[in-house]
Amino acid sequence: MPDSTLGEADGGPTLSVEGVSKNFGGVRAVASVSTAVTKGEIFAIIGPNGAGKTTLLNMVSGFYKPDEGAILFRDRDIGRLKPNEIAELGIARTFQNIALFRGLTVLDNLMLGRHVRLKSGVFASLLYWGPAQREEILHRRRCEEIIDFLKLSDLRKTPAGALAYGLQKRVELGRALASDPTLLLLDEPMAGMNQEEKEDMVRYVLDVSAEWGTTIVLIEHDMGVVMDISDRVAVLDMGEKIAEGTPDQVRADPKVIQAYLGTAH
Amino acid sequence: MFHRESGYYKTTYKGDMAFYPLPVGRWSVALVGFIFLVVIPLFLDPYYLSILCLISIAVVGALGLNILLGYTGQISIGHAAFMSVGAYTAANLITKLDWPFWLAVPSGGIMAAAVGVLVGIPSLRIKGLYLAIATLAAQFIIEWVINHTPAISGGVQASIEVPRPVVFGEAMNTEIELYYFLMAFAVIAIVATMNLVRSRVGRAFIAIRDQDIAAEIIGINVFRYKLYAFAISSFYAGVAGVLYTYYLSIANYEQFLIVVSIDYLAMVIIGGLGSVLGSVFGAIFITLLPIVIRIFMDSFGAFFFDPVILAQVTAQFRLILFGALIMFFLVVEPEGLNRLWLNIRNYFRIWPFSY
Ligand SMILES: Nc1ncnc2c1ncn2[C@@H]1O[C@H](COP(=O)(O)OP(=O)(O)OP(=O)(O)O)[C@@H](O)[C@H]1O
Ligand SMILES: [Mg+2]
Repeated sequence: MPDSTLGEADGGPTLSVEGVSKNFGGVRAVASVSTAVTKGEIFAIIGPNGAGKTTLLNMVSGFYKPDEGAILFRDRDIGRLKPNEIAELGIARTFQNIALFRGLTVLDNLMLGRHVRLKSGVFASLLYWGPAQREEILHRRRCEEIIDFLKLSDLRKTPAGALAYGLQKRVELGRALASDPTLLLLDEPMAGMNQEEKEDMVRYVLDVSAEWGTTIVLIEHDMGVVMDISDRVAVLDMGEKIAEGTPDQVRADPKVIQAYLGTAH
Repeated sequence: MFHRESGYYKTTYKGDMAFYPLPVGRWSVALVGFIFLVVIPLFLDPYYLSILCLISIAVVGALGLNILLGYTGQISIGHAAFMSVGAYTAANLITKLDWPFWLAVPSGGIMAAAVGVLVGIPSLRIKGLYLAIATLAAQFIIEWVINHTPAISGGVQASIEVPRPVVFGEAMNTEIELYYFLMAFAVIAIVATMNLVRSRVGRAFIAIRDQDIAAEIIGINVFRYKLYAFAISSFYAGVAGVLYTYYLSIANYEQFLIVVSIDYLAMVIIGGLGSVLGSVFGAIFITLLPIVIRIFMDSFGAFFFDPVILAQVTAQFRLILFGALIMFFLVVEPEGLNRLWLNIRNYFRIWPFSY
């Protein structure tokens, strides 16, 4: 395991979270959490409902600003940046509750996911023929690769909102992948899926990691999945990080067992 | 038009992304073009040509409002005011500096776009009804400013007479000439809008309309793109205002009152929100509606109403029908005339099989 105090260039963390807190009124959703995610790893965040997992992810993607602490992405403080600026730096995510552009086709959802990689401005778009068209064709190619990869070829012209739940989750993964992210944040990508769909999704997550070396942070409730695919796991409970380590270390940690006792998981 | 895709396979992305990927689709468009460019001007009398002129202008304005409301999801009740900004900007440039149309038209658009961006600034913070009120305020403020600034409005009557546009040394004096002149702008506006909505900026507009949080997360600068939408939309409005000024040979603020803003809202709602073809349908429909009502009332009104009040009834009838239609489309067919058209087309596409 690389030393997490080194910068990314030295094989240090892609993402590091340093003493980050977030309060909502009286609720301390995240309480001085520190952790670091190494380049190329699959890092899972687990914890009971309301533990603060989504809130932590929301701070990394700029949706909330941390009340305390710093968030560093490739050695750069992103804690104050806006979501669109963070996306431009190479962080993409999916949502716990699917947030697709429902009226648009699968292909258009992916092209939108690639927005930050395209350049055409207002005038190029209005004229289209020329630079905008060349760009559309170039990036369409990359989106089609992702569509093939996720086995969505037959559905590329189907409106995303018309798809079954499991497929929508897959399209959302596709939209996030379309930006060729350095860091991919997945908020419960397998929630609500049947066993077969879960297995497919696990396969895709592993393939993304293996094929493109994307660093992945994943929130997941299914312990079997988490233990199978993660390189490391952090455990949150009531906003605090109570454990971190390899799946085996975490599983054996008395504090983790304590936190999960009496909960439904 | 009416055709099926089967038997055609697209082998390039470019082919797949074309407006009309199928030859039969291109032929249909060519046919429509032929009818509008050759047949109609040759055989229609000037009265009907003048209606087509009005429709052409309305198409430009409606496309502009649809970009904002239908594609980006930002409401504006001040569209007519942006038209007036274009109209007076161009009227001043034409009369004081003798500018030709190819400078005056874009200038009117640019000035309207600038004002539109100013009005759009609150859209970062406010949505829906509140934005509607803000743009309504803009409508009245712009009206008032134009009316009370002689330097803009040209004095007492708040109107400026302008000469007809001159193209290649030829003044567009006849209805046919005006028709070609205005139709050219409508075609440019249609093509530009179709281009916009199939590429990066237009897609970002739709993303903001459908899911503004997700739009931000995938890297769209929502505020900047809302302002783009206001700018483009007002640019179209400004151009439509200049065209209308050329058509009437006068810039007059009474042509751009709040009721005109409502007309344009009706066009995009009845025609089809977020649809280029719907904007065209809406422009045709709303332009023809009062004319059809008048013809109807002239022919049959006397059977139902006292001739003394007939004129009044006709005017009120238009408003009532208007309101009823907007309500009908909002409730029954939110996708407007465009959806009706698609339903008809799909019916024939699979005919005679019902599935
Ligand atoms: N926008 C918000 N306003 C107020 N409270 C919030 C907000 N977002 C989260 N919270 C609260 O913060 C706490 C942590 O919520 P969060 O959604 O991060 O939990 P989670 O670990 O993702 O849970 P789950 O497994 O149910 O998704 C909860 O008590 C929640 O009610
Ligand atoms: Mg959550």
